[in-house]
Amino acid sequence: MAVHVQEYLRLDKMPHIWCPGCGTGIVDGALVRAIGNLGYNRDNVMVITGIGCSARSNAILDFNTFQTTHGRALSFATGFKLARPEMKVIVITGDGDGSGIGGNHLIHTARRNIDITTILINNSIYGMTGGQYSPLTPTGSFATTAPYGTVEDTFDVCKLVEAAGATYVARSTAYHVTLLEQLITSALEHKGFSFVEAITQCPIGYGRRNKMKTPTEMLKWQKDHAVNIKAASRLSEEQLEGKFLIGEFVVKNKAEYTEKYNKLKEEAKKEGDFNGKI
Amino acid sequence: MSKFNFIINKKWCKTCKICVDFCPKNVLFLDENNKVEVRNIDDCTGCMMCEYRCPDYAIKVEVNE
Ligand SMILES: Cc1ncc(C[n+]2csc(CCOP(=O)(O)OP(=O)(O)O)c2C)c(N)n1
Ligand code: SF4
Ligand code: SF4
Ligand code: SF4
Repeated sequence: MAVHVQEYLRLDKMPHIWCPGCGTGIVDGALVRAIGNLGYNRDNVMVITGIGCSARSNAILDFNTFQTTHGRALSFATGFKLARPEMKVIVITGDGDGSGIGGNHLIHTARRNIDITTILINNSIYGMTGGQYSPLTPTGSFATTAPYGTVEDTFDVCKLVEAAGATYVARSTAYHVTLLEQLITSALEHKGFSFVEAITQCPIGYGRRNKMKTPTEMLKWQKDHAVNIKAASRLSEEQLEGKFLIGEFVVKNKAEYTEKYNKLKEEAKKEGDFNGKI
Repeated sequence: MSKFNFIINKKWCKTCKICVDFCPKNVLFLDENNKVEVRNIDDCTGCMMCEYRCPDYAIKVEVNE
């Protein structure tokens, strides 16, 4: 049976607070269909968010949900996962929340390879606070804090988490919503730290200032600038100029943190007095 | 009868036009209040893109049995 998002929403929180054409709802829809099609019991799913428009996902999604402090969702999620390793733990974060104020938490959670699925909703801007630029705002873009365009280089956040130790890394866009759902499905099924970057549109905080007046223009931008990694090897450097890759970047197996931690705990218990170690 | 059944929730529709602009078969239009409306239902292929790309969950496409 087809999964429809409407069956997984807190109806008293609908219609949601996001602006017309905001991409956040599209990403959450893909997540819900992935969870529904995998047949997870929704009582076993925990969605943890920080602060921002993207973080407001926890208001509408009818799973266990927990909104934490700005940038710290992954730290709360780490504690929660250690206490309840049988639960499916998902973090939804923004580009500001996840790569700005929470950047340190992101690299260390990736380094530990703890079994948490992180979806970073990258709308290129701090949406909730009115359009300040983030570490993922494309260089030269306009923001309230960059009236003449940003001069800063950006992170490639997928490469960042890969280097830090993430064992599943992928990227898609709101336009490429079917691929997005497939990648989120693989991320959820992966054991270890899995990371999916979803490039989305913030028509209000970003689009209006950056010559994209409508949500449709922003989705067209995603369509025209994304190149599937499977096709990229056939393209020249020139053809890839100004484009970004989508698809699956990293899939590897490595010992998972809660399992390692619990094994250590059992061994320590057997030793009783810790063999005089402490 | 169409193979598909649309459940449209105009109260949730925020008039963004994404569904209309990306429907490959020109099935959808905006009404006088700029809310989504299904006009050419017989042309619908059931690709689901309008439901999947609607940020406001205002469209549900069901396959008729
Ligand atoms: C400790 C702290 N600092 C700053 C803020 C203000 N603040 C709220 S949301 C936000 C930015 C969120 O940006 P992003 O993660 O990109 O999410 P979006 O709103 O774009 O989805 C900031 C700086 C805060 N709530 N708490
Ligand atoms: S400000 Fe941007 S990110 Fe926030 S709800 Fe509006 S469109 Fe979405
Ligand atoms: S995509 Fe959704 S919110 Fe936007 S016009 Fe269509 S039905 Fe309305
Ligand atoms: S299911 Fe596809 S063809 Fe049918 S209305 Fe939606 S977008 Fe158009």
